[in-house]
Amino acid sequence: MSSLFAADVNIAQNVGFYIIAAIMLFGALRVVTGRNVVHAALWLVVVLGGVASQYLLAAAEFVAISQVMVYIGAVMVLFLFGIMLTRATIGEESDLNNKNWSIGIPVALLLAGTLVWVIVDQYGGEVLTSPEEPMSTTAISDVFLREGLVPFLALSFVLLAAAIGAIVLARKD
Amino acid sequence: MMNLALEIPYWGQSLLRVLGGIGAVLLPAGTIVYLFLFKMMSFMQSRLGPMEAGPFGSMQLLAEVGKWLQKEDIIPENADAKIYKIAPIIVLVSTFLLVVVVPFGPDAVFTNFSAGVFYALAIGSVSVIGILVAGWSSANKYSLLGGLRAAGQLIAYELPMVLAVVGVVIQAGSMNLQDIVVAQNSGSIFGWDGVGFPFVLTQFVGFLIFMIAVQAELTQVPFDMPIAESELVSGYMTEYSGFRFLIFFIGEFATAGVFAFIASVLFLGGWGIPFSWFGWESLDAVDNWMNIVGPIIMLTKMLVLTGIIMWVRFSYPRFREDQLQRFAWKVLIPLSLANIAVTAILKVAI
Repeated sequence: MSSLFAADVNIAQNVGFYIIAAIMLFGALRVVTGRNVVHAALWLVVVLGGVASQYLLAAAEFVAISQVMVYIGAVMVLFLFGIMLTRATIGEESDLNNKNWSIGIPVALLLAGTLVWVIVDQYGGEVLTSPEEPMSTTAISDVFLREGLVPFLALSFVLLAAAIGAIVLARKD
Repeated sequence: MMNLALEIPYWGQSLLRVLGGIGAVLLPAGTIVYLFLFKMMSFMQSRLGPMEAGPFGSMQLLAEVGKWLQKEDIIPENADAKIYKIAPIIVLVSTFLLVVVVPFGPDAVFTNFSAGVFYALAIGSVSVIGILVAGWSSANKYSLLGGLRAAGQLIAYELPMVLAVVGVVIQAGSMNLQDIVVAQNSGSIFGWDGVGFPFVLTQFVGFLIFMIAVQAELTQVPFDMPIAESELVSGYMTEYSGFRFLIFFIGEFATAGVFAFIASVLFLGGWGIPFSWFGWESLDAVDNWMNIVGPIIMLTKMLVLTGIIMWVRFSYPRFREDQLQRFAWKVLIPLSLANIAVTAILKVAI
């Protein structure tokens, strides 16, 4: 607790982090406990928006905007589009729970535990100093067109393969 | 030379920004509705338009707003009331978030994002969620169809819009809207710097694609399949009445204004006048009176661009759904990709 109020720590940033984190946790719970698919999807929008605001708090402006563009602007719109095209019921639904939830919960807990343990083990003692100004877009592009070029190209090929695969699967003739 | 170098305290700046933001959204919306929707459309159809309220019907807008505000806020019995109420607000808020990146002068900015264009395009896609859930929560098949059509159309036309902007970003070497304004006004055409170097000259293809995509994003005729009144009553807005309909209405025209602001920043030189006229070397050297003149220049350019949008709206019949999708995927997107390739090659070669 003392490290939260040390002199070199931005208190407003920390308070903001916990407020947004609480909203995100509540939203995430509502995603899985909700009785309506569209409501669940909208709570997921809240969670993803929270992720974007956490990035902004960490002065990662470009990543935050990418988060909004990709997850809220594209993925969630497609989710909602798909849901409304197939099952557009209003009100509560009863058959939303999957039979395998009893296996799913332990796996989710295990995964969360491993991630938390790995992060705490690696970065637990470190205190991040607040950055002077947001990382510029030019700096980011310099990194992934120089040192990160090979992984960047590899990822692009994976996405291209996925796109071609989707087209092949969707084409009937 | 006029000098307006005032020291404004932080709370004053914040207050100015909030008021400026509200003004920058509502003023264009009102002007567009009165000037184009009431008057230009009427003149094109050989009638006078509203003439009773105020001189030349100029107070008609207040009468309309008053009428909408006093109407009953009807929520259909089977509708999902909570989401039904939130949906128009999501649309309007995304418009307010959009205007935040537009620079109106050397210091008259709301915020100076280094990835400004990218932010504008990302936030522009948030309003789709509002439209989709508006259509769904109304519990009406016309609304749902309208919402789905709108989502399909907005996804299809967002791509050419993003790709058209990439050409400008390559040429300016920055995503920051302020840098893009400076790059255009401090540039020169083959050594002649009389009008700066507005990107519309080299990015004319990008400008055309951007304006067509804006027309489609705003669901203005000929891209108004989502609200096609002869088939869908009024699409996703069918069930809305009173002030919630008013919010949708304001959102539609305010977004037209804001997109026109962004287009004028990207392609027409934004708030600037060619820096060579007054011998300014950089952004810091620009005189303070530009903070007053800049917004006026922006408003003029916005009116010209929205004038074109409305002119097209009143002149053309509606696209069919399949024509509309084919036009986006088979014409605009390949064209904008070619534009990016040519721009990038020329940027490296010259």
